[in-house]
Amino acid sequence: MSESLANPLLPAPYRVLRNQRNTHDVFTLDVEPVKKGNSPLFSPGQFNMLYIFGKGDAAISISGDPTKEQPLRHTIRRAGVVTQALEQVKPGGVLGIRGPFGVPWPVKEAEGQDVLLVAGGIGLAPLRPAMYTLLANRDKYGRIALFYGARTPEDLLYLSDLEQWRGRFDLQVCVSVDTAKRNWMGDVGVVTKLIAKASFDPSNTVALVCGPEIMMRFSVQELKKNEIKSGNIFLSMERNMKCAVGFCGHCQYGPHFICKDGPVFRYDQVQSLLGKREV
Amino acid sequence: MELLEKILVQHPFLKDLEQKYVQLMVGCASNVRFDSGTFIYREGDEANYFYILRAGKVALEIHDGGRETITIETLGEGDVLGWAWLVPPYRRHADAQALELTRAIALDGKCLRDKCRDDHNLGYELMMRIVPLITHQLQATQLQLMDVYGVKK
Amino acid sequence: MISKNESFSDALSAEKKVVFVAKKDLPALFDSLWTNGFRILGPTLGEGAIVYEELNGVGDLPIGWTDEQEGATYRLKKRDDEALFGYNVGPHTWKKFLFPPKHRLWSAEASTNGLEITEEKQVIQKFAFIGVRACELKAILIQDKVFLGGEHVDPVYHARREDALLIAVNCTQAGKTCFCVSMDAGPRAESGFDLCLTEVLKEGEHYFIVEIGSAQGAEIMANVPHSNETREAEKAIQTITAKTAKQMGRVMDTENIQSLLQDNFDHPRWDDVASRCLTCANCTMACPTCFCSTVEDVTDITGDHAERWRQWDSCFTLDFTYMNHGHARTSAQSRYRQWMTHKLSAWFDQFGTSGCVGCGRCITWCPVAIDITEEVSAIRENQTAAKPTSS
Ligand SMILES: Cc1cc2nc3c(=O)[nH]c(=O)nc-3n(C[C@H](O)[C@H](O)[C@H](O)COP(=O)(O)OP(=O)(O)OC[C@H]3O[C@@H](n4cnc5c(N)ncnc54)[C@H](O)[C@@H]3O)c2cc1C
Ligand code: SF4
Ligand code: SF4
Ligand code: FES
Repeated sequence: MSESLANPLLPAPYRVLRNQRNTHDVFTLDVEPVKKGNSPLFSPGQFNMLYIFGKGDAAISISGDPTKEQPLRHTIRRAGVVTQALEQVKPGGVLGIRGPFGVPWPVKEAEGQDVLLVAGGIGLAPLRPAMYTLLANRDKYGRIALFYGARTPEDLLYLSDLEQWRGRFDLQVCVSVDTAKRNWMGDVGVVTKLIAKASFDPSNTVALVCGPEIMMRFSVQELKKNEIKSGNIFLSMERNMKCAVGFCGHCQYGPHFICKDGPVFRYDQVQSLLGKREV
Repeated sequence: MELLEKILVQHPFLKDLEQKYVQLMVGCASNVRFDSGTFIYREGDEANYFYILRAGKVALEIHDGGRETITIETLGEGDVLGWAWLVPPYRRHADAQALELTRAIALDGKCLRDKCRDDHNLGYELMMRIVPLITHQLQATQLQLMDVYGVKK
Repeated sequence: MISKNESFSDALSAEKKVVFVAKKDLPALFDSLWTNGFRILGPTLGEGAIVYEELNGVGDLPIGWTDEQEGATYRLKKRDDEALFGYNVGPHTWKKFLFPPKHRLWSAEASTNGLEITEEKQVIQKFAFIGVRACELKAILIQDKVFLGGEHVDPVYHARREDALLIAVNCTQAGKTCFCVSMDAGPRAESGFDLCLTEVLKEGEHYFIVEIGSAQGAEIMANVPHSNETREAEKAIQTITAKTAKQMGRVMDTENIQSLLQDNFDHPRWDDVASRCLTCANCTMACPTCFCSTVEDVTDITGDHAERWRQWDSCFTLDFTYMNHGHARTSAQSRYRQWMTHKLSAWFDQFGTSGCVGCGRCITWCPVAIDITEEVSAIRENQTAAKPTSS
């Protein structure tokens, strides 16, 4: 055992460069290490633990572009104590960050196949780095489609990305909201409805799904109905997390630690647990 | 007639339906188009038609008096619109408005009901296509009702 | 003791040698440990039980005492001899030293320049644990896997475990809630110790058979008077521990236990046990393998100084699974099921071993005497109908 083991429980200070509002309750923080040096490399789907002075930690996925040199980016929805405090942080403020942690999306493994991204709500944040990676290596993949569901048009994230992606001919982007006012010209209905309309080769398609657990369950049903194999469907799971490294026990989901065996799981790994109550 | 038959056969809703039944349905069918902004029907209207959408986009909307109108679902190519023709008292439960130029085949509800009464096999075929749509819609409504993307207050 | 380049299990199975130490020479063992810089931690009387604390001499051991245990019952009793280790396991476990119930992880200062975070300095502790039972030894090796065996190493546990010297004691009797035999965890300490004592009181003689399990153990023994004759020591240990093995107060049938619990997620027994369980978390606190913790962030009055503290937590609390959209496990059923299924099933998936060593503490210290062995048999005897597996 080496004597100079990195302490995975110790946050490193990161300075906030920008705090940008996405929607009424979602914002994106750009940060960089206070001690000069590059932000750690990360893979799409990994998360960090964000600490704000005196309040506590929140697990937040990295939402930036892993193929570019850019500040570490997190898109956060205001929920409780920590995220409310994070929302108030001004540029120049300092956070503590541990990470990156967790098993990423199988973006590399999906090469040569069609890729479907199914996102619900804030679930688009962890999928965005995957999309960036796919597009940076566009020729390595077959068809690519994004199905994104949100509550209302006002809750849609990353409008400029969406617009840019929609403009591409090598990408299908379908957005749907649960309800909308009259002025919304896009689709209304649950995101699962979009899946049936896409064209992909079910025998050679990888689906990456991220959103509320119920939405993921319904999406899997729809994907299975469209004959995508269980082994090719991936979900990002969520549970209470304290340590993020397998010590605290909080994130257990059946035999899995979501922090270290996940958060991304192959559907057949969690299939037997998904519909069950109070796992 | 021949054209209508061709369109019906190709629509996902009637996929694999035997030709004799398609022909029966053609007897109740007519080609329609709705300009953007047109109301195809309104809540409370008699449900005289059932639409097989070929192109365009239709919003199902509800309003509750004072408040704003809310779109609860949009439908487009490959979808079907309005199954109230099948269930007494054959009344619409939402407004349907074309959001873009929309082309559809309208099937006369009364005519279809009569044909189904005469030929239960046709009735069965239609039921087997409509019930999954209703179940699907039910599940979608459940999801919407749960407001899954919302933050618990 | 963990020597540097060896894995935990190998380290302690070094050449094994057996010697004899008279009871009167036991103080020399304590002296040898102190000379070598160890703090001695072991069993002593306290809180109406035999607990683990720092020892200042052989006299602190619970000489002539034993315990009587049953579901929800623990009683101290005088023995009719002067045995030093004539009892079983009490409410404490060694994890309180290796993974302290509450400790600071780091402190932070808010400064004009932002935030400074200072790691809690971990001083390598030289603990000598004396009186570690076979089941407890196994429990320590299990927690080693949790805190040291993965990609990340827990700094707190590591600093306390790295140089810890383990002096095991073979059980010469079993308690009424013991079932180490079922869990393949005792009553004989097979490996993982630096020294292992078997206490013999026979025909007026009182001595210890000492198995040496590591180089460090041998070093300690160098300063302790002993005789090297091996008068069938192995046979004596076997006879004593075989007798103990026959006295197990409980048994658990562990056949296919991993799938048994997985397949009975909806068993009515979970409702039954939940109707009794108080979700008090006693079992998890008393269990030598339970490792769950939570953290608390505190600030001082000025608001410039913050600290993070970590403390033991339990899957029996509601807050354990809190997420802002709800708790994952609200019912007592689901929490008891989580605990037991984790111990006896998920643990295999996670760490390649059972999470239960059969020490019986959860039975003894449960205020309503819920018995993990009984719960397993209830589920086994009346399994929910096998369901077709969905594809
Ligand atoms: C792997 C993973 C990735 C995530 N990625 C994102 C993301 O990119 N953007 C985003 O907005 N949210 C994300 N979340 C959810 C986010 O962690 C919670 O919303 C956040 O912890 C709420 O903290 P709070 O202090 O504001 O809320 P409170 O309700 O005050 O919660 C108090 C504490 O409970 C725990 N907790 C509460 N809710 C959750 C939860 N849903 N998941 C885990 N722990 C929780 C946290 O330790 C939190 O500090 C992610 C969760 C996980 C597990
Ligand atoms: S579950 Fe009970 S018997 Fe098993 S190790 Fe823990 S306390 Fe001991
Ligand atoms: S379970 Fe076995 S090793 Fe543990 S105290 Fe009881 S007899 Fe000893
Ligand atoms: S978050 Fe602590 S074990 Fe996973």
